Amino acid sequence: MDLMEKNMELIEVQKLEGHTDRVWNAAWNPVSPILASCSGDNTVRIWEQSSLSRSWSCKTVLEETHTRTVRSCSWSPSGKLLATASFDGTTAIWEDLGDEFECISTLEGHENEVKSVSWNASGSYLATCSRDKSVWIWEVLGGNEYDCASVLNGHTQDVKMVLWHPTMDVLFSCSYDNTIKVVWWSEDDDGDYQCVQTLDESTNGHSSTVWAISFNAAGDKMVTCSDDLTLKIWRADISMMHSGEGYAPWTHVCTLSGYHDRTIFSTHWSSDDIIASGAGDDAIGLFVESKQHDSVNGPSFNLLLKKEKAHEMDINSVQWSPSKENRLLASASDDGMVKIWQLETIP
Amino acid sequence: MVSGLINENPTVYERKERRVRTDSTNSDEFSVEPIDQLEIFDHIRDIRDPEHPYSLEQLKVLTEDSVEVDDLKSYVRVTFTPTVEHCSMATIIGLSVRVKLMRSLPPRYKIDIRVAPGSHATEAALNKQLNDKERVAAALENPNLVEMVDECLSPSFE
Repeated sequence: MDLMEKNMELIEVQKLEGHTDRVWNAAWNPVSPILASCSGDNTVRIWEQSSLSRSWSCKTVLEETHTRTVRSCSWSPSGKLLATASFDGTTAIWEDLGDEFECISTLEGHENEVKSVSWNASGSYLATCSRDKSVWIWEVLGGNEYDCASVLNGHTQDVKMVLWHPTMDVLFSCSYDNTIKVVWWSEDDDGDYQCVQTLDESTNGHSSTVWAISFNAAGDKMVTCSDDLTLKIWRADISMMHSGEGYAPWTHVCTLSGYHDRTIFSTHWSSDDIIASGAGDDAIGLFVESKQHDSVNGPSFNLLLKKEKAHEMDINSVQWSPSKENRLLASASDDGMVKIWQLETIP
Repeated sequence: MVSGLINENPTVYERKERRVRTDSTNSDEFSVEPIDQLEIFDHIRDIRDPEHPYSLEQLKVLTEDSVEVDDLKSYVRVTFTPTVEHCSMATIIGLSVRVKLMRSLPPRYKIDIRVAPGSHATEAALNKQLNDKERVAAALENPNLVEMVDECLSPSFE
């Protein structure tokens, strides 16, 4: 199906009100119709969809644990645990007990603001990053114990986001130093994590702060977004890594520019290959790969649609729902709102 | 006495006369008046220098021309000129201007703050920091920085 040939529209399904400050991040539970959002009001809100009315409402507010902004949140692959990273320097782990959430562990170690947290595909490792320029890898030991497995000091400025690869234990981080770093743990090496690749301006990378990273479902393509007002697509031959032939480097595929005129804070690649972007110009962009494959210039991506004034202020996060039945997108903004959108075909 | 001041003897300039903004042709009190350069300058001219008992206007860190505004696009850019090239207070000045504008302007406004080209030794780094909203948000949760910014925004020296 070629989406570009259809008339698509992003319809606002519901506006979730409750946060009293800017909302930094939204995260869909991978298993259940639940959305978490975190904010400058130091809280996390858990929103649940009613199976009857299909409408979303705030089920619970996680508060009085973080003492400063909660910058990001991430569900474990099982959907049972939620990790929250805060400017208070800690990362909290919450367990969904059914009728309530309990903070079962607090990860301390970063010198200052923690900006992002990510679980690996199997849920056995966590990564966190901070303004202290470091990336920490935590091993999930069971019994609510988390042990620091490694501290990586590759970036020269604060690290904005960490994200594990969707299928392999390879960690990606992006930074205020304009680079993306790839960290790989190789069994046959000395058993340590090491940075195997840095994507910077010399490799067609970004020329300003890189704010976010996302992968396609197969994990052989990646999108990054930046203060340089561009989105960049990268690819790697991951079959080479899966077959144990060693590290396959990531190369630049194309740059999407001219679609946003303020910093692009967030990007997310959906399971059916639609890339969403959210930016400081209050707009959401949606992009798809062009079916007309250009053998000279390689793959290209086209704007599917741009939703201007999606929010009243900067958009900090856009996230596609993992649900296969409909294309839902959550967005979070400085205006204190979380919105749920549905991508629909107009007849 | 050893002075810890970065700029011990700043030049102090006269403050500009305050113009009263009247528009006699506009008699409809419900009409929306666009936000203009002077209005924005009025919001920030009296911000106090972090080091001296003078306003940013008196030290010519800010002039009316520091303000570029496009009300239709809800965009403002303020370009300030630190009194010395190595001014370590430039971050506090930039933060103070941003906080004052965030409190004064409608939330639809996009605000860029920068130092005048060539006016500061670490111009690019400073501009990047002042316009990274995550760094600004974190700074404004830091009690020491908030105290310094509040000091600059206090009207007490009038």
